[in-house]
Amino acid sequence: MVDLEKLRFTKTHEWLRVEGDTGYVGITDHAQKEITDVVFVELPKVGCEVAKAGEAAVVESVKAAFSIYAPVSGKIVKANGAVEKDPSLVNRSPYEEGWFFAIEIKDRSEIDSLMTQKDYLEFIKTGAH
Amino acid sequence: MEKLIFEIGSAGRKGYSLPKLDVPDAEIKSLLPADSLRKKEPELPEVSELDCVRHFTRLSQLNYSIDTNFYPLGSCTMKYNPKINEKMAGLPQFTGLHPYQPETSVQGILEVLYETEQALCEICGMDAFTLQPAAGAHGELTGMLIVRAYHTSKGNPRKKVVIPDSAHGTNPASAALCGYEVVTVRSDNAGRIDLDALRGAMDGEVAVLMLTNPNTLGLFEKDVKEVADIVHKSGALLYLDGANLNALVGIARPGDMGFDVCHVNLHKTFSTPHGGGGPGSGPVGVKAHLADFLPIPRIKQKRNKLSLDYDAKKSIGRVRAFYGNVGVIIRAYCYIKSLGCDGLKDAAVEAVLNANYLKVKLKNDYRLAVDDEPCMHEFVLTGKDKKEFGVKTLDIAKRLLDYGFYAPTVYFPLIVEEAIMIEPTETESKETLDAFAETMIKIAAEARSNPSLLTEAPHITPVRRLDEVLAARELNLRWKKSGV
Amino acid sequence: MKYSPHTDKDKKEMLGAIGAASSEELFKAIPKELRIQKLDLPEGISELELKKLILEKTGKNYSTQKLNSFLGGGAYEHYIPQVIESLISRGEFLTAYTPYQAEASQGTLQAIYEYQSLICELTGMDVANASMYDGASALAEAVILAVRETGRSRVIFSSSLHPEYKQVIKTYLEGYKIEFVEIPHAGGSFDEAALKREADDKTACVVVQNPNFFGCIEKVDKIESICHSCGALLIACVNPVSLGVLKSPGEYNADIAVGEGQPLGIPMSYGGPYLGFFAVKEKHMRKMPGRIAGMTKDIEGKRGFVLTMQAREQHIRREKATSNICTNEGLMALAACVYLSLVGREGIKEIARQNVLKSHYLKDKVLRLSGFELMFNAPFFNEFVVRCGKETDKITGDLLKHGVVGGLPLGRFNPEMKNCMLICVTETKTKEDLDRFAELLGKH
Repeated sequence: MVDLEKLRFTKTHEWLRVEGDTGYVGITDHAQKEITDVVFVELPKVGCEVAKAGEAAVVESVKAAFSIYAPVSGKIVKANGAVEKDPSLVNRSPYEEGWFFAIEIKDRSEIDSLMTQKDYLEFIKTGAH
Repeated sequence: MEKLIFEIGSAGRKGYSLPKLDVPDAEIKSLLPADSLRKKEPELPEVSELDCVRHFTRLSQLNYSIDTNFYPLGSCTMKYNPKINEKMAGLPQFTGLHPYQPETSVQGILEVLYETEQALCEICGMDAFTLQPAAGAHGELTGMLIVRAYHTSKGNPRKKVVIPDSAHGTNPASAALCGYEVVTVRSDNAGRIDLDALRGAMDGEVAVLMLTNPNTLGLFEKDVKEVADIVHKSGALLYLDGANLNALVGIARPGDMGFDVCHVNLHKTFSTPHGGGGPGSGPVGVKAHLADFLPIPRIKQKRNKLSLDYDAKKSIGRVRAFYGNVGVIIRAYCYIKSLGCDGLKDAAVEAVLNANYLKVKLKNDYRLAVDDEPCMHEFVLTGKDKKEFGVKTLDIAKRLLDYGFYAPTVYFPLIVEEAIMIEPTETESKETLDAFAETMIKIAAEARSNPSLLTEAPHITPVRRLDEVLAARELNLRWKKSGV
Repeated sequence: MKYSPHTDKDKKEMLGAIGAASSEELFKAIPKELRIQKLDLPEGISELELKKLILEKTGKNYSTQKLNSFLGGGAYEHYIPQVIESLISRGEFLTAYTPYQAEASQGTLQAIYEYQSLICELTGMDVANASMYDGASALAEAVILAVRETGRSRVIFSSSLHPEYKQVIKTYLEGYKIEFVEIPHAGGSFDEAALKREADDKTACVVVQNPNFFGCIEKVDKIESICHSCGALLIACVNPVSLGVLKSPGEYNADIAVGEGQPLGIPMSYGGPYLGFFAVKEKHMRKMPGRIAGMTKDIEGKRGFVLTMQAREQHIRREKATSNICTNEGLMALAACVYLSLVGREGIKEIARQNVLKSHYLKDKVLRLSGFELMFNAPFFNEFVVRCGKETDKITGDLLKHGVVGGLPLGRFNPEMKNCMLICVTETKTKEDLDRFAELLGKH
């Protein structure tokens, strides 16, 4: 079980898990519920650069497409082929097996402006999205 | 369940006949090099003519269609498709014409095309038309290319296209295809374009504003002339998405409202059949200052003879080979001729009458998306008040199928939550409208008393609700021979 | 002729229910100064009068009913079995909407699935869409796919590509910064040596039309290897009937196969409606424009069909969509589906064979005439270019008087070829037609 307190969150419902210089990124349980059944995930190419809040991936449900934004800037070092093969992982295990990509973090100070789990739960409760 | 055509027939069965070969026979490999020839044969079916007829006839019986069911699809104008127009367009002296035949041998069809252009100019208040685009979206692309060519001729192609948030998805898609950046402008509470937001969005890099009028909530943009002024002041052009023209024919003309360029949908306003997804036709009309940019060839008249003129240096070029979806255009020509100036106007009036009648019959059991005011040819409801019963717009749509009605347009426009867009068109009788209204009211009651009737609908169509998630997760997009 | 059923009584009742005194009230949102009194068009006419009017127009057309035509060049006179017209004119197909409500559209959706399958079999590709407008616009969208996918900006094609297709590509790609490289043809064919020089790491795609505009069969294997060795996408633009004998794009590893589907049971109809087919290798599937039907199950486990992968399309992705296409050529795809089902695996071979044999028979006869020579030595399918001793316009005018439409004069596309005509022979020509044509040519 992943410890949600160790994650950081964006206002656009992505989570970031920092392991050393690498940040793993996925979407929250709240997001996967809103999106409903994920049918396809378009992952970024390994090696490409992303900017904080820039579009890095796209999640498709049957009826809609959702942009996934990078919580921090950096270079994509990993893309999770498992969610390409089985998109339902995003719904079933959004914080663990359903991760999308990993970024080599360029500027650690960008993590500071992200929300803690407590702040994120408050954020979604107030319905601000 | 109907088998696939590949699952019917057997090896050696023939469904065609060819005349016996009357020129000397030879092995193909003696005439063509071996490395240009096919090695793997296509696994096409082998069926008899009767196999084929039964298969496709039975498939057709699984469909709802205008000929069999009421289709209140907003923004689609599913009016009756006259049979005489089918027969006329199918005459061999039309279908048997090769597009490169000498012009002297095709004056009849050139007349039909030319007269259609002229009629559309009159109906839309425009100075010139092209019949080349094969669909509305194709017309939008053509329009965007004309806009770009115009601005380029003035020294700066500009960078942006402004589009209301209520617009059809093809609008931003067409602008993007043309290399423009899309700027979305919000609508006000009545679904009309917000003038302040528009003023804020217009600058020297906006090439054009794409507007639908009446808009996608079925309302006439009352401030259209002011919109035109705002747009023109910054040197930009005004484009009309003519999908909703059915409310305006003979009533008011886009050209008079200040539109510089527009497209019309022959498969909507002008009664040509939808064919299960085309063919359509999306002619584009322009004011004189844009006529030089129209695609080539143009039809020109010289001394009582019509000819195709390819000599237009400023033209955007071509958006397709040949001249347009001529077979579709012939049907629209027949329609315009049949109705005439009086019939065309009556059709618009009765389309608007039918929509308002239906709205009045439904507004007590369903929530209108905007404040109650007369709508044009269509109106929008929101299904969000049914959420408390655990019912969504999708469920209402599926339940309608059980009653033999095709569903209205759902989840469009995007600015309305749980949108239901209803457009009856003028060819529906009062009995049909009453029956539809009664059914909708019944379904609203079912939502309260027995919502699973809706959430598990449809119950009596050839298939029950289909699993779209499975279709997207486990893609099966073609038949493959087993063992391959 | 009016198609709306309302009587005055109906209208009065409806206005009463609405609470409006007249229908004028319903238009009060429209500013008075925009209202028009009457359209400047003639008044409506009855069905009888319409028929007369149309017959007056058709009387001025000379179709293949009266004329023996040897025109090709992107639109072809093939025999269309009667079954096709009888089936596609059924109201349930003809007047149905785009199949968004799948449960009410299984006929259309299954037919689209079958059509997609047939196109894949014919072209040897993995996935096909539900149709594009025509061959030229399908090709343009294929080029856009290649440009977007590779991120490169050079597009290479031979001058032997259909001139109107070239124009459409250029028009479509106006908003992109593209370098178009048009390689002059060598003897009517793609110049491989020049292609080798031009293909580089900035090349997004190489477009090969097979057979090309001059009817010549291209050396597709060589073109493929040059194209892929520089990392560009290979786009094959093909004649579907020719695939009864010619190598399929899948067999020479094309990335995208497009073409004009009109030869598959669709009348020439002075240029439209036609059918653009579009098929790709699986790796490009997600970037393919247009609608796609897929197989699935319903809640009772029954097999059914739906539109799928819709999140690529305009109604969901809007400006980020793979294309803007919405209405396509659904009924024409149905016609092609019926045609390919009817002629089947043997029929398409036999039809293609007759096209080859008859066109080669005519070629031999024409070459025996003095003043005529074969312009290109490349092998051909059912069209070939002949150089005449004089300007073709003079010849074709005379032929027309004898009820024959000669080959397509090529001077209209290229002044240097004003003595050339492109002659097409399909299975619809009899030996007598061919002998007579040769005889008439011989008089020049």
